Amino acid sequence: MPYSELLVRPMREELTSAGVQELRTTEEVDAFMNEKDGTAMLVVNSVCGCAAGMARPGIRLALQGDRRPDRVATVFAGQDLEATARARSYFADIPPSSPSIAFLKDGELVYFMPRHRIEGRDAQSVARDLTQVFAEHCAVPAG
Amino acid sequence: MGTFHQGKGELHGITVIVDTTGPEIFVGRCDDMDERGIVLHDVDVHRDGDHGRSKEDYVRRASQFGVWKKHDRLFVPGDRIASVRKLGEV
Repeated sequence: MPYSELLVRPMREELTSAGVQELRTTEEVDAFMNEKDGTAMLVVNSVCGCAAGMARPGIRLALQGDRRPDRVATVFAGQDLEATARARSYFADIPPSSPSIAFLKDGELVYFMPRHRIEGRDAQSVARDLTQVFAEHCAVPAG
Repeated sequence: MGTFHQGKGELHGITVIVDTTGPEIFVGRCDDMDERGIVLHDVDVHRDGDHGRSKEDYVRRASQFGVWKKHDRLFVPGDRIASVRKLGEV
């Protein structure tokens, strides 16, 4: 059963205030996933402690770097059920995990950070891993 | 830094690999662990050699993408446990 929207709103805003697009319907998920060009990151947000203490702050830190994905979006597991199910359907071979982070290049999954790579760490470690992925796959910003 | 709840051990909330002295190996989120055994949530189990995969093959795949749960909750007795490791550290 979803939590109160009042409780969850700050968890949504922690990402949206960093420029992450929130996908709340299946149509929004399809539109995001069907755009294949360039780099994209999809975050499965959640109410759990490792999303609060590690994933969301780690993502915010990583997005402050010079290189970042062309597009970044999020769905909220346990809250936006249909949107989350649709997002997971694009990665049908990967067990559901929240929080988790998928990174795509030209529509292909090139990196996946499941929950067990987030829990038990700190935000800086999560940010460091994401920054390495951005460095490998994202274009250098025009100077 | 784990997900801390009162009275739970340091592995509480962490996804662990529980290898046994037998053919089974388990992956699940630790609820609590003491000398009696370990309680896991959202647990997958693999038997050495199933689907042509050794325990090591299974762990390698699990460490990349996670596991599909077969049990909501499961207890592994202490006398069957050979080792407990964090999946995130494999």
